[in-house]
Order: sequence, then structure tokens, then C-alpha cells
Amino acid sequence: MYVYDDHDRQIAAERVAQFRDQTERALTGELAEEEFLPLRLQNGLYVQRLAPMLRIAVPYGMMRAEQLRRLARITRDYDKGYAHFTTRQNVQLNWPALEDVPDILAELAEVEMHANQTSGNCIRNTTTDQFSGAQSDEIADPRPYCEIIRQWSTFHPEFAFLPRKFKVAVNASEKTDRAAIQVHDIGLQLVRDESGALGFRVHVGGGLGRTPMVGPVIREFLPELDLLTYLEAVLRVYNRYGRRDNKFKARIKILVKALTPEGFAEKVEAEWAHIKDSPTRLTPEAIQRIQAYFTEPDYALLDNATELLAEQRFENRAFDQWLTHNVDTHKKPGYAIVTLTMKKTGTPPGDVTDRQLEHIADLADEFSFGEIRVTHQQNVVLADVRQDRLLELWQTIVPIGFGTANLNTLTDVICCPGGDYCALANAKSIPVAEAIQRRFDNLDYLYDLGDIDLNISGCMNACGHHHVGNIGVLGVDKKGEEFYQISLGGSSHHDASIGKILGPSFAREDMPDVVAKIIDVYVDKRTGEETFLDTYRRVGIVPFKERVYA
Amino acid sequence: MPNVIYRDGSIRQDNWILVARPAEGESLDIPHQPALIPADLWLAGYEHFTGRDDIGVWFDSHDEPEILGGKVNELPVIAVNFPKFSDGRGYSIARLLRERFGFANELRAVGDVLLDQLQFMKRCGFDTYALRPDKDINKAARCLNFFSQGYQAATDTHVPLFRRRAS
Ligand code: HEM
Ligand code: SF4
Repeated sequence: MYVYDDHDRQIAAERVAQFRDQTERALTGELAEEEFLPLRLQNGLYVQRLAPMLRIAVPYGMMRAEQLRRLARITRDYDKGYAHFTTRQNVQLNWPALEDVPDILAELAEVEMHANQTSGNCIRNTTTDQFSGAQSDEIADPRPYCEIIRQWSTFHPEFAFLPRKFKVAVNASEKTDRAAIQVHDIGLQLVRDESGALGFRVHVGGGLGRTPMVGPVIREFLPELDLLTYLEAVLRVYNRYGRRDNKFKARIKILVKALTPEGFAEKVEAEWAHIKDSPTRLTPEAIQRIQAYFTEPDYALLDNATELLAEQRFENRAFDQWLTHNVDTHKKPGYAIVTLTMKKTGTPPGDVTDRQLEHIADLADEFSFGEIRVTHQQNVVLADVRQDRLLELWQTIVPIGFGTANLNTLTDVICCPGGDYCALANAKSIPVAEAIQRRFDNLDYLYDLGDIDLNISGCMNACGHHHVGNIGVLGVDKKGEEFYQISLGGSSHHDASIGKILGPSFAREDMPDVVAKIIDVYVDKRTGEETFLDTYRRVGIVPFKERVYA
Repeated sequence: MPNVIYRDGSIRQDNWILVARPAEGESLDIPHQPALIPADLWLAGYEHFTGRDDIGVWFDSHDEPEILGGKVNELPVIAVNFPKFSDGRGYSIARLLRERFGFANELRAVGDVLLDQLQFMKRCGFDTYALRPDKDINKAARCLNFFSQGYQAATDTHVPLFRRRAS
């Protein structure tokens, strides 16, 4: 993974010094509240219901063991001993004191971490597929491009005060999209043209929140060397023409819709024509230099451990289930990709304690070349595990709560912190996730249902991606009381779509029953291998409505 | 506009006056000292103003600097207004004036100009800053230089860090 050089280190240190100075001026009142606001947000610091909240960037979700250990120490020394993995592959602390934040940032900088641009109206942390580099179906490793974007977007002088926050995601697999690129402000799909040259298909104007939208393609093929100049053109058009009169209409999706995707694309092309050949154009050397940080780890030459695994599976049913659900194939023979689901019933999705962070660090060191990735489903990935050590790994993780074999099933819920932590919430979301997990605690039944994305947000901001859940749950407020609205048919993958609202909302205690009825309809109507989404798309929303509101 | 900060951090006396856009039906009232007038009005009175080194123009954040086209270097000063420090359009306007239209004379940031935005302004091509009067002008030099370098190419560095690293 990427390692800082002197330039990066110096910039990181200067950033910490700058924020220390800004915080001091804020504390003495020299900086007004509203003047400090964007500065602290650009350093990851929210002011929340219970305390400040600090969002720490995890570029494209990758971390080294030492970084996890440092996070663990920070949660212990400055917080209440736990942290939260978010749907943007970041880490959040819920209780740091404002005065401590410069020290926390200094500690993070020591291990090449930061909280730059994790909030505020600037270019946010670029996200990607958590299996990058380990899968055989990717066009090219997306991480070097994410790192190139990270550097370009860090303290970009022109784009620090955009109309609204701005998110970029990159996906490299042709078969699947684990980065939800079509619901980002810019979604980049790595592709090759007829001649085999590498480039990107560019989606612009996707996003969730109040006006959820799937981002249309504005350019079918952008050569890789043109990545940054083209991004600069898109951002410049947005910076100049995006609406600033209304916060809810300020996202780029509104501009793209107003101009039409074609009209928007024309404006971008016109802008790009001027800067296409500027020094910001990438060079093959620059790309190779970054790629050199993402070379393969020191894999052993192995054969697939097919027989061994078959034997171990046969002897241990729980291990068998975990292998089937949480372990993916790897591009290298003899290796596997393991997902640790942070979805043990009773623990809020994504929550980790300081001890667990250290456990994960140990697992990374022991089993996966010292590296992990955070996923946008709030899970953790060990990307390079030897197949002949899977059983040992599984035996290690079950007692510490990471062995829940429910990846991609109904109980692998994506869930925002909701009313328990978030000042913006209309309703709690964590107890809803838990109630549904309790209701569906029979693993065999869960597996029979196949892949289902259940996503829960505590308000319209959609931090839990409810719009793109196959089943989406949204907390709504009705005269001061908490209710939950359901949508069906959303998807964040290559077939991205926004879910359709089922009808009137429900009380919290009814939620497990309502979900059970929805699932019953699916079980009744499905044919053969159909997934929930397939069935929904075939039969439409009516049968679900009829059953749920009967 | 008594004190203005220069990009090197120095502070100087200055007597350019910013002339507000006249209300409907009123005409432009130019004072007897160097004046910055709305760019479209300068264009409208082009014959009258051309060649004067005591008349510059200003853009508001929603204005399009494209209207000046190739005439930018006929102006001694162009100012860009930041109606609110959080309105970032002025940064794009500055880069366009510098990089697209080749404006080589003084580019000035006016309006809600605060300390923590100075370095961004400098990088986008502004070379003088009319700091909001309640801010401590003596801190400007430090705020202009929090960072010793940037990742991107901008008007201050034409070579992005990735090219510098490669060489
Ligand atoms: C507790 C503190 C949090 C606050 C105050 C907060 C606030 C917000 C707000 C205001 C938005 C809406 C932006 C818009 O309309 O475009 C938003 C969007 C979002 N948040 Fe959060 N959030 C919090 C925590 C989280 C967490 C824990 C996650 C991940 C689990 C998260 C992930 C997201 C995502 C992915 C979006 C984007 C939805 C989109 O594409 O428009 N947030 N958040
Ligand atoms: S969706 Fe709403 S309730 Fe949930 S974290 Fe985001 S802002 Fe808070």
C-alpha cells in the first residue's frame, strides 16, 4: 500500500500545525463559530449531539496493522474505547474533546493517517472496491488511481469551498461493483477500449440524500492519462455553476439534471479542451510510480488447498458455512479473500472496540501481510489469506465476535448511527437493525434467502444508503414520534437503482414483522435461483404492498 | 481600502476604491482616485475607459470573466469579490483569468477575505488581498505560508508534485 515520502510527511505535518493554530484561534474567539466551521469540518470534526465527532480518513479503505493499533490507542486515550467503521470506508470517533483534536491528528500523522477532507464542502475521501488487487476479474488495480486522486484533491486550492461535499468512487471489476460508483458525485469505472488502452467510463451526478439519483454516463471512455485534467474540468464546471442558493439543490446531481447529462458533458468538454494538455495531465511515469506501491505482497507459490478444505468443511459445519459466505476466491492459487463481518447481533453495525482493533491488527499481521481493508458495508477484509490457514483463522475470530457467517445476507445490515449518536436523526436506527437481526437468527433460513441488502438510515441524509438497499429503511419523524418508511428494489451495483417507497411508515416494534412479510412474499413468488431483487423486479411492488398492508 | 496584503506577506497602503454596482436607473459615479468598477460596465464604456491606468474592474462571484476575453491586460487591476468566504467561485475565476486569459497585472481578492483562505487565494493567482478589517493583518504572512508546497499545479506552481517527484 502507499507509503508517504518526505513531501507527504511534510504536508501532513504542516496540516496538523495549521489546524492547531486554527483551533487555538477558535477557542479564544478570534475565529467566529461560522468561520471555524468549514475549517474543522475539513479536518473531520463535527459537533454532534453528545460530543464532537471525528471522522478519520482511510484512503480507499486500506490500513496497516500499525495504523489499527494507533487507532486503538487513540480511542483509549482520547475517547471511550471504541470506534465505528462507516459506509465511506472511514473510521469515526464519537467522543473526542475539541481541545484534543490537534493532538489526535498529530498522532495520526505519525502513522501516515489524517482526517483531511472527511467532511465539509470539498472533495472527500475517494472510495473503491475492498477486494482491489486480490480479484482476478478486475480490469486493473483501482487503488493507484484512488491514490492519484487523493493527492490531487488534497488541499486543492480551487475546490476547497464547493457548493457542497463531493465524493468520487472507482470500480475496476466488470462483473460487479462493490464501490457503489453510480451513487457518487463522480463514479469511475475502469475500462479498456477496443485497442486495449486503459481508461475510465465516467458517471457524474449520482447520489443519495434528499434527491437520490443514479449517475448518468457523461463520457464512455476517458484515457487514463487524462484522469486529473478531466476531473478538474468537471469540478470547475460544478464550482462555477452549481447552485449555491439552496443547500438541498447544491449537489452536482441537480446541476447535471438541470443541464441534462448531454448539456453538462458539453460544458465539461469545452472546459477540458483548454486544460487537457496542461501539466496536470498524468504521465506514464507518474502512474507507474504510484503503482509501484501497490505491488503484490510476497505470495508463496501454492496450489489450491481444495482437498484439505473439503475435508475440514466436512468435519465442521459452521466452518463450512463461513467458507461459503464470508470467503471469496482469490487471483492467486492457494489464497482466499476473507471478510470479517462486524455484524454480531447486539453490536451496532460497524462498531469496534479498542481491543478488537488490536485483534484485527494481529490478524492482519498473522494472516494477511499486515494489511486490512474497510468495506462500505461496514465490514473488514483480510485480502490475502492462505487457504491452508483458513481454519486456524476462523478458530481465532469466532471467539472475538468476527466469525458471523452472514456476509451479504439479510442480517449483514448497513446501518447509520441514527438517533443514538447523530443530532440530525429523525429516528434511531441501531435498535431496528438489532431487532431484525434477532428475528432472522436462523442461519439456514438466511442462507436460503440468498443475497439481500438491507440498509437503514435514521434520516433523509442517507448515511446508511437506504435508497439503494434491496430493502431500505428510513427513519421519519411524525409529530415527534419515530416511524420507519420502507423502500424496495434499490441496488448499488452495476444495475444500480433507487428503491421505491412501499407506502405509509411503521412503528419501530412492527419492523421485524414487516420485514418478515416482505421476505414471505419473496419466498412465495421466487422461481429457481432468483434473488430477492430479481423477484422484486419481475413481480413489482404490488404483491409486497398487498401483504404488508393487508 | 487602506491596507492591502501582498502575496509575499508584506502590508501596504493602498487607495484603490471599489465602486459598487449602481442601482437601477442610476449611473456610475467614479471617484477622483483609482477605482475598480463592475467589469461589464467597464466593457460597456470601453472607449471611455480604455488606456486609463486608474480604472480597474471587479467581478462578483457569479460573474463570468469570459466577457473580457482578450482585453484583460488592458486593465491594471482586476478584483474578485468573495461575497461570503465560503463561496468558492472566486478561486475558479482567478485561475481562469490567470491561466486561460493570461492576465499578468494585479489580481486582488476583496470582500469576505479571511486569514485561512489566503493561501488558497495565493495559489489560485491572487496577488493582493483586502483582508476583512476585523481580522488581524499581522497574521497574514504566516497564513499565506502554512504549506511549503502543494500537490497540484496551480498558478503558483505550474508543475504538479507528481511531475516534480518524477524528475
Ligand atoms: C453521526 C454523525 C453523522 C452526521 C452528522 C452525518 C451527516 C450527514 C449529512 C448531513 C449528510 C447529507 C449530505 C447530503 O445531503 O448530501 C450525510 C450523508 C452521508 N453520510 Fe453521514 N453523517 C454522520 C455519520 C455517518 C456515518 C457513521 C456514516 C457511515 C456509516 C455516514 C455516511 C454517509 C454517507 C455515505 C452519506 C452520503 C449519502 C449521499 O450519497 O448523498 N455518515 N451525512
Ligand atoms: S442518515 Fe441521518 S441519522 Fe443517520 S447518520 Fe446520517 S445524518 Fe445521522
